[in-house]
Amino acid sequence: MLKRTPLFEEHKKLGGKMVDFGGWELPVQYSGLTQEHEAVRNHCGIFDVSHMGEFRVQGPGALGFVNFATTNDASTLAVFQAQYSALCNSHGGIVDDLVVYRLGEQEFLLVVNAANIEKDFHHLSAALSHFEGPKPQLTNESEQFAQIAIQGPASSAVLQTLADMNLEEIKTYWCSVGKVCGESSLVARTGYTGEDGFEVYVTPEAAPKIWNALLTAGAHFGILPCGLGARDTLRLEMKFALYGHELTENTNPFETGLGWITKLKKNSEFIGKPAISKIKDAGPTRSLVGILSLGRGIPRQGYEVFDETRKTRVGFVTSGTQSPTLKKAIGIALIEKKCEKAGTRLWVKIREDLHEFEVCKTPFIDKKKEN
Amino acid sequence: MNYPDHLRYTKDHEWAELVSESKVRVGITEHAQSSLGDIVYLELPKMGRELKANETFGVVESIKAVSDLLSPVSGKVIEVNSDLTSNPGRINGNPHLEWMLVIEAANAKEQFGTLMDSGAYSKFVKSL
Repeated sequence: MLKRTPLFEEHKKLGGKMVDFGGWELPVQYSGLTQEHEAVRNHCGIFDVSHMGEFRVQGPGALGFVNFATTNDASTLAVFQAQYSALCNSHGGIVDDLVVYRLGEQEFLLVVNAANIEKDFHHLSAALSHFEGPKPQLTNESEQFAQIAIQGPASSAVLQTLADMNLEEIKTYWCSVGKVCGESSLVARTGYTGEDGFEVYVTPEAAPKIWNALLTAGAHFGILPCGLGARDTLRLEMKFALYGHELTENTNPFETGLGWITKLKKNSEFIGKPAISKIKDAGPTRSLVGILSLGRGIPRQGYEVFDETRKTRVGFVTSGTQSPTLKKAIGIALIEKKCEKAGTRLWVKIREDLHEFEVCKTPFIDKKKEN
Repeated sequence: MNYPDHLRYTKDHEWAELVSESKVRVGITEHAQSSLGDIVYLELPKMGRELKANETFGVVESIKAVSDLLSPVSGKVIEVNSDLTSNPGRINGNPHLEWMLVIEAANAKEQFGTLMDSGAYSKFVKSL
């Protein structure tokens, strides 16, 4: 039996095409992937991301523990600030990527990937038992949260009509608590699309009301409900990593572009640090790059990548799609570091044939140029 | 959805149209295009290729999915719609008109007759 979010009935009413996504019954699209993608790039769109997991770490020792369990430096966070981070195992393999919200001096909310909720909670519980010092409380509150993401340039204008906090005061990667549609909410200026936007954490009971109010308030801004399909193409155009694709336990932060959230110099030991330090000192051997098709073939996860000689295998594709913005096939590939330079020719084996690609600068779309 | 009566259908959601006693035109159905979503890539066989019924003759990809195309009949590929490979998105607009290839076989009419008619195919799609 697939799990359903509190918005399941709304998806059915909106004609969402439901699919099995890691055990969750979620809409892959409503009106059409391209339309939904363009709505987010040009206006705004809302996504049901209630399947994501939420853990609370609270009480004396909370900061110390979060800093021990995650790679980024949580001690730099002010209350209501957020950071992108990762959980690693003792070999330096990535257990998950997550967002850490600091909600109090000794209170944190960790938002993890849906497919990893059980694994992460087990990992963190084990970490807590090894953690020396005062032990905070760790609770899995995933069932108590629904999450709606509103993304796109009009997000702020739409959400402001329903929210009692001043959204202009919430900077990127900060959050605030207040009321949305009169319901207690945590509103964070975060997202997974490369556009301005918010992620709104509410109770499961309040979610349908807020979802429908957003669609009504956003109607004249061109808002659309968006499915997992558009979520994937939007993140891919930004080269944002997705766990299970770019990130796995067989990859480490330095080869997957997560060096910037791996703070080896922070004033705290953390799980995986000795292994990750060694990897950094030796120099990573692989690199996660963006690849752009010079022909028409679409790269997909698992396809093999060859170097310019077309004979030597240098890696594999981790994600790929047809970019709705560029109208070209794009992908992310984990390849040997010597091939990582932009402009390098690569060949991807698509079914029987090799198709020509080049390593390109990422994000695939230039958000700065547009503004 | 209305599936035209003059076409015959396969369980893999290709349609066939008998254009003469020995020629069958092939495409994919409304159900196929709507399940795939926005179609962005189409790969078709070379002219002259000999196909067996149910053999893979090409690939259609939407943004999210990759799907093999299976031949409804056995025969030789005598026409390939290369305009469609340049503009595969047209399939979404008019799946029952946007043909992919023409297959020639002496017994084309006979093979065509063994495929599902529109009533049977509609029933089959509803059962999915």
